[in-house]
Amino acid sequence: MIYFFQQALNAAQLGSVYALIALGYTMVYGVLSMINFAHGDFFMVGAFLCFVGVVVLQLSFIPVLLLAMAGVTMLGVATERVAYRPLRNAPKASAIITSLGVGIFLEHFTLGLSPYPKYIPPVLPSFSFNAGGVSVSTFQLATISISFILMLALYLVVNKTRVGLAMRAISADRGIVPLMGVPVDKIIALTFALGSGLGGAAGVMYAMAYPVIDPYIGIIIGWKAFISAVIGGIGNIRGAVLGAYILGTVEIMTAAFLPSTYRDLVAFSLLLILLIFRPHGLLGRAESQKV
Amino acid sequence: MKTKNISIALMGFFILAGCGKLKNDTVRIGVIAEITGAIPAVGASCKNGAQMAAKEINDAGGIMVDGVIKKIELFIEDSASKPEQAATVAQKLITYSGVIAIVGPNSSSNALPAAEIAEKAGMVLMTPWSTDPKTTIDAKTGQPKKFVFRACFTDTFEGKVLGSFARKELKANKVAILYDVASDVLKIQAEIFRESFEENGGKIVAFETYTKGDKDFSAQFTKIKSAKPDLIFLPSYYTDVPLQVQQARRLGIKVPFLGSDAWSSEDLVRMCGADCEGSYLLNHYSPGTTNPVTQKFIAQYRAQFGGATPDDVAALSYDALKVLAQAIALAGKLDRSVVRDALSKVPAYPGVTGVIKYSPGSGDPVKGAVILRIKNGGFSWFADAQP
Repeated sequence: MIYFFQQALNAAQLGSVYALIALGYTMVYGVLSMINFAHGDFFMVGAFLCFVGVVVLQLSFIPVLLLAMAGVTMLGVATERVAYRPLRNAPKASAIITSLGVGIFLEHFTLGLSPYPKYIPPVLPSFSFNAGGVSVSTFQLATISISFILMLALYLVVNKTRVGLAMRAISADRGIVPLMGVPVDKIIALTFALGSGLGGAAGVMYAMAYPVIDPYIGIIIGWKAFISAVIGGIGNIRGAVLGAYILGTVEIMTAAFLPSTYRDLVAFSLLLILLIFRPHGLLGRAESQKV
Repeated sequence: MKTKNISIALMGFFILAGCGKLKNDTVRIGVIAEITGAIPAVGASCKNGAQMAAKEINDAGGIMVDGVIKKIELFIEDSASKPEQAATVAQKLITYSGVIAIVGPNSSSNALPAAEIAEKAGMVLMTPWSTDPKTTIDAKTGQPKKFVFRACFTDTFEGKVLGSFARKELKANKVAILYDVASDVLKIQAEIFRESFEENGGKIVAFETYTKGDKDFSAQFTKIKSAKPDLIFLPSYYTDVPLQVQQARRLGIKVPFLGSDAWSSEDLVRMCGADCEGSYLLNHYSPGTTNPVTQKFIAQYRAQFGGATPDDVAALSYDALKVLAQAIALAGKLDRSVVRDALSKVPAYPGVTGVIKYSPGSGDPVKGAVILRIKNGGFSWFADAQP
């Protein structure tokens, strides 16, 4: 039983990281019906800004977190302005290909600065304590609790503010909303800002918990977060969080109770089966193609 | 019109560039290193080691071929740690740069495709660091490849030595293994270790895997913790090891780790900090040895590269180029297959990483290994291991 709780804690930590990134995918999809494949690399840039904050500027934890969130927010808004907005009325595939291009650009830009993997020394006190046989580390607690705080903040913004209302309106019908006087460009830029900011925060949480980073870390984590968003129903915010914890749990529990080689096999078989029965994800709504 | 101009310009470029091929006043040796990509420290060391050996030979005059003394000219290419790029640059070195032999690539995933191309072209390829048995063996016939050599020992040897070392020297009874299932090399090390450790009467209590790119190993280590091993064998690349060992320590695992040659980079100790203290690893050479050849190499390397202590890749690349130069001198002419035959005739070469000698018909040298221990933030010599 202790073994199970230990693994459940591991799953909560992994799920929290996936959730923060999955939110970025799902929010952009919600307002633009576009998948921003560069989002995994936004997360990577957040992890590298964490390195810059900790090693170069020697900041403490909260300033590092704010630095990375601000940096990645600006990156997200700038990318939207420069790369995605000119393509808003182009075919969907163009914007998706562009986002792949932006991702590869970011990876190789970072690689060009320095090809070596970076090690980030801990800025939080690093120790684990024993809670009824389960060993809990400060990093696990920080990752899980900060993810929760950020997700709660996002929930409040989307559901309790006028900006959030505008976002939900655009998500429901982008054609009619400008007629109501909603500044669509501003709201879309703001959506990118929020999604990227969370990605930046995820980069920091990740770099604290797994302190060796390289320019390619965004690829696999990005995929997994994207898949989390799909499991939950892409475009749905609660769905992304749900999907992320499900994926984290399935990955950890498969490795925990079956040979670890089967981990991805089982996790992705479940995904395929789920999509056969619920093509729009767990909380997604069915949408008919508009002509 | 525009495309026509561009194509004329391109043609001109290729013709001009092609002119370089006519010059033949140097001994051209290709180097393929993983300068960018997943293991840049390996690429940098390989480049440094090869450059240092070439400079030493050139400073001493050069190599006598066709009755004339010629200098060595290195053609260094980056494989970016990608198998397909390793194959491309091998082809480029063979057909375009016109080299007589190639040193590199280092990682086995890169060395295998490059070796296939060199073998087909009938050109000597000497990998400094690829320990995968398949690198020098022809997959179709099961016979050794004719033109592929290595400066290091093989994974089979490594797994065997580590298995018996864990049982006999470290007196381990129960060992857990965690390895990267996507890497041939690490997989072989893990499997041969298991065989060897069990043959010696030990018990493997957990045999867990992960995949390239994974950063979270908490599930595997929680499982390993509940199996209560007294040693964990972790054949992993040096960039993964710090994450793995730190996660294990945070889960409350206190037993020592045993690593393979994939651990051997100074970066590992720097990144892992106190968590790796007391762990063991197997390596190709130890900077702490009293061997005068090795000590001279280390001193010169430090002088040339800003005080850095050379790692095993630097030492092996240096040895590879030195042995190759001896074979070229022995061959006396720039003929690819004569150089190949000359390699097995080179008398036992006292290298930085031990004595290297090839027997006819095999690209694997007969040589020993060392076991190191991580102590006070550095690698220190622990024991010698002979085949």
